[in-house]
Amino acid sequence: MTRLQRKHYINNGYGALSWFLTLDHKRIALLYLITATLFFALGGAFAIAIRLELLTPAGDMVQSETYNKMFTMHGIIMVFFFLIPAIPAVLGNFLLPIMIGARDMAFPKLNLASWYIYMLGGLFTFVAMALGGVDTGWTFYTPYSSTYANSQVIITALGVFITGFSSILTGLNFLVTIHTMRAPGMSWFRLPLFVWAHYAASLIMVLGTPVVSITIILVALERLFHLGIFDPALGGDPILFQHLFWFYSHPAVYIMILPAMGVMSELIATFSRKRIFGYSFVASSSLAIAVLGFLVWGHHMFVSGQSMYAGLVFSILSFLVAIPSAIKVFNWLATLFRGSISLQTPMIYAFGFIGLFTIGGLTGLFLACLAVDVHVHDTYFIVAHFHYIMVGGVIMAYLGGIHYWWPKITGRMYPEWWGKFSAVVIFIGFNLTFLPQFVVGYLGMPRRYHFYPEEFQILNVLSTAGASILGIGYMIPLFYLVWSLRYGKVAGPNPWNAKGLEWTIPSPPPTENFDGTPEVTEEAYNYGTNHA
Amino acid sequence: MNSKFPLFPEAASSFAHHVDTLYFFLIALSVFFSVLIFGLVLFFAFRYKRKPNAEDPKPMLGDLRLELTWSIIPLLITMVIFVWGGLLYYHQLTPPANAQEIFGIGKQWMWKFYHPEGRNEINELHVPVGRPTKVILTSEDVLHDLFIPAFRTKMDVLPGRYTQIWFTPTKTGTYHLFCAEYCGTKHADMKGTVTVMSPLEYQGWLNGELGQDRMDKTGKELFKQFACQTCHQDQSLSRGPSLTGVYDSMVLLNNGKTVKADADYLRESILKPKAKIVQGYDAIMPTYKGQISEEQLIQIIEYIKSLKEPQKEVN
Amino acid sequence: MSTHTHAHQFDTPQQQHQATRLGMWAFLITEVMLFSGMFVAYILYRTWYPEAFIEGSSHLDVMLGTINTLVLISSSFTMVLAVHAAAEGKKQAIQKNLVLTLVLGLVFLGIKAVEYSHKFHDHLVPGPNFAHEGIHGGHLQLFYSLYFAMTGTHAFHMIIGMGLLVYLFIRAGKGAFNKDHTAVELVGLYWHFVDLVWIFLFPLLYLLGRHL
Repeated sequence: MTRLQRKHYINNGYGALSWFLTLDHKRIALLYLITATLFFALGGAFAIAIRLELLTPAGDMVQSETYNKMFTMHGIIMVFFFLIPAIPAVLGNFLLPIMIGARDMAFPKLNLASWYIYMLGGLFTFVAMALGGVDTGWTFYTPYSSTYANSQVIITALGVFITGFSSILTGLNFLVTIHTMRAPGMSWFRLPLFVWAHYAASLIMVLGTPVVSITIILVALERLFHLGIFDPALGGDPILFQHLFWFYSHPAVYIMILPAMGVMSELIATFSRKRIFGYSFVASSSLAIAVLGFLVWGHHMFVSGQSMYAGLVFSILSFLVAIPSAIKVFNWLATLFRGSISLQTPMIYAFGFIGLFTIGGLTGLFLACLAVDVHVHDTYFIVAHFHYIMVGGVIMAYLGGIHYWWPKITGRMYPEWWGKFSAVVIFIGFNLTFLPQFVVGYLGMPRRYHFYPEEFQILNVLSTAGASILGIGYMIPLFYLVWSLRYGKVAGPNPWNAKGLEWTIPSPPPTENFDGTPEVTEEAYNYGTNHA
Repeated sequence: MNSKFPLFPEAASSFAHHVDTLYFFLIALSVFFSVLIFGLVLFFAFRYKRKPNAEDPKPMLGDLRLELTWSIIPLLITMVIFVWGGLLYYHQLTPPANAQEIFGIGKQWMWKFYHPEGRNEINELHVPVGRPTKVILTSEDVLHDLFIPAFRTKMDVLPGRYTQIWFTPTKTGTYHLFCAEYCGTKHADMKGTVTVMSPLEYQGWLNGELGQDRMDKTGKELFKQFACQTCHQDQSLSRGPSLTGVYDSMVLLNNGKTVKADADYLRESILKPKAKIVQGYDAIMPTYKGQISEEQLIQIIEYIKSLKEPQKEVN
Repeated sequence: MSTHTHAHQFDTPQQQHQATRLGMWAFLITEVMLFSGMFVAYILYRTWYPEAFIEGSSHLDVMLGTINTLVLISSSFTMVLAVHAAAEGKKQAIQKNLVLTLVLGLVFLGIKAVEYSHKFHDHLVPGPNFAHEGIHGGHLQLFYSLYFAMTGTHAFHMIIGMGLLVYLFIRAGKGAFNKDHTAVELVGLYWHFVDLVWIFLFPLLYLLGRHL
């Protein structure tokens, strides 16, 4: 280390205010990183409590009311406060401007405001918890949420509503930044696939989130002022609520998974030292997923009482979403083919993603398939499926991305052995937790059950045992990453010898990212050009 | 429910095996693709492991034929699953005309079932083996969902309207019955058993409780109590349309449309009489909303259902 | 950097202008989606319960609604004048037109408040005190639930817009728009959008199918 400290975004200003009033996208990303990790820990604590309760068939650890509040808070915190912001608000925020050669986001103040709005939403959720919690499930189905529930629905709804605006503003910032802030030479088809994926996800944030916001507000108005828009007693339709809710909440899964797929493309290119095979197909499949994702919400409602013909239409559209997802996976495989593959930590996470996402995606076919969905809907089969995608897939990619860009973010390397070890522990723990849930789901165990018939116990014990391994797996990186901040090897600007603008600048990057506006002269992932 | 550690649910309805076959097909497909993808990932990882000081491999930009291959093959496979699943779904949702009807009401946190013969039960459902059975469902409060894993079927239960579920039990025995739509504090307690009996036993069970009137008889009394017969008479000059033979028939409305007079239609006509007016009649019927319970509604509907032949009608 | 008229992250003022305009349009699209959730509910229920909805609209005051429509259209006009004045750098004209817009906005909200209080007085507010159900079995309340939700959300947007007008007025007083009047332009877009929502709400709620 040189004695003369270079100025970079971390040492450019000290003290709490320099962080809480920062307009630097990289610092804001770190604010998100820390708070999202705290939310993840809290959501995880609820998950552990749920799994412990389900060790025995009887509801012997907590009251039913408490149990219902636990799974509701687990869902709300994980979905709205961790999974949706995780990759976009942390990695996207940090990298997106750098990857396109910009000094910052288009709207730095808005960016900081997004974080404060997110925190305010979190505050409402905490207040709701302090006042006794909420027990509607994260789905807020009416008329239970609007009329019958006896818990803090309004405050929680406001929390979700507020957080939604954080997501909208982040998406809006990304869209405008990608459209208007690209460096000279950075044409659309030179963008890293990470940026394409975030572009597609931002479209969903901007178009979908307002719908769920107004829907949740209508529920709150129904509780507050008796504006009974979904109230069956007035002729209102609880199924309309489900349509409006899933119109956002299904695409919300793509807000989570698309950025994860973007991370994947970066990892696979770098660690096989090859341009992503079929770049334009991978890029456009992101857009295809975003568009198709808006047309499939009704597959959450095959047995809701909606018409059979609606069921058929939503089923066929849901199958169509499988195609762009398959295109991505096969193109990654083709990228590996004849690559120069090094199995460093981020790549192990990437392989973990492919494994979990493949299982999650294939079991998605079971649910798009009408007749099978009738049986497994609202059972643990669903629970297992969406955890494979939203938790298995997304967190694998998130951690893979964190490990890949950690040297860039902090300037330090982490211990490689521990990195690989944690990836393997998480992969094993995850499968042990959620594979048994597919079985117990097909057996008929409904979700959101505080107690259950005895014959489901062994599978639940297996799942809880797996969860304990998974929990440890998620905790390991926390320790060695924090350790690396002080004791890790200094990384240098490009420890992976990777392509991409973020690797052309020092680690940690200077506040203004680049000395001058960079000029882009080559395609993304321009590996192996010495052959040409 | 015999084994202590089952890995697969019992199959006790006519379509259970069909669903299972499709399920196994999907599992086979999933295993095939998982093994293919994992296998290739691991194979490539070792086959193309980076050698020290190796040059970067030649770039491969893409190949349209390959892209088309791995788009079209999954598309074809998913379309097969769609058609297969869709046909079976149609079957799961379409009860045969001769299905026996039972009524079910869900409320926080119990199930009540009403057999037309007059026997009611709570958190238990008795059905005869081999006979198509349709359960007409409604809720008194929030959403519920009647789920019978052994029959491989479920259906949401909604306040304010009827939904239905049907099955033909194929095996006698006792099976789980769950509420599968989260409905509040004791959601997990809203469960019971389905007992499939031989037709003879079922007949005996139906007659087992003395002093119960048939549903249509109770319904008839309600019909009088609410003074429905003041208007709904079998005479051509009556102010309301005759109800004889109306159940499951097609009714012509004053807007020129025809609707099927199923349970949902009758329910709506009692609670929201202005919604659909039979051609040739005036919209003069008052609403019975708030005056009539879900239970009384299904009893009256059962009575209307029984009005098949004009000569049967007493009055 | 201080001599530049654009923020540090942009290379040129043109880039900044393009970005802020695009941002505003994207924001307005999210607003369209926000309102569309309620419009979907309106269309659905209107199709199911046309009679109750016609009955519902006939209790609304078309006269006040029409006046309010005119008031809002006029306010859009004065907003256009404000943007125009900003483009020409005329400080007084900006402020004059902003005040006019603000006053018209206040008139709109005042009339809306009168209408709301009539509804309270007539027991047409959904809830236990609702007193005009008649033959409609709850559907009239459904209409009024939508009425209050939609016009309430609209009024809320008006209030935010008026806050923005006050902000612009203060900034204009400091001569902030001499070089760059993008902010006035953007608030103008927002104000027109809010008017446009009302242009949809007025016929849907007050006029459609009404017995005149």
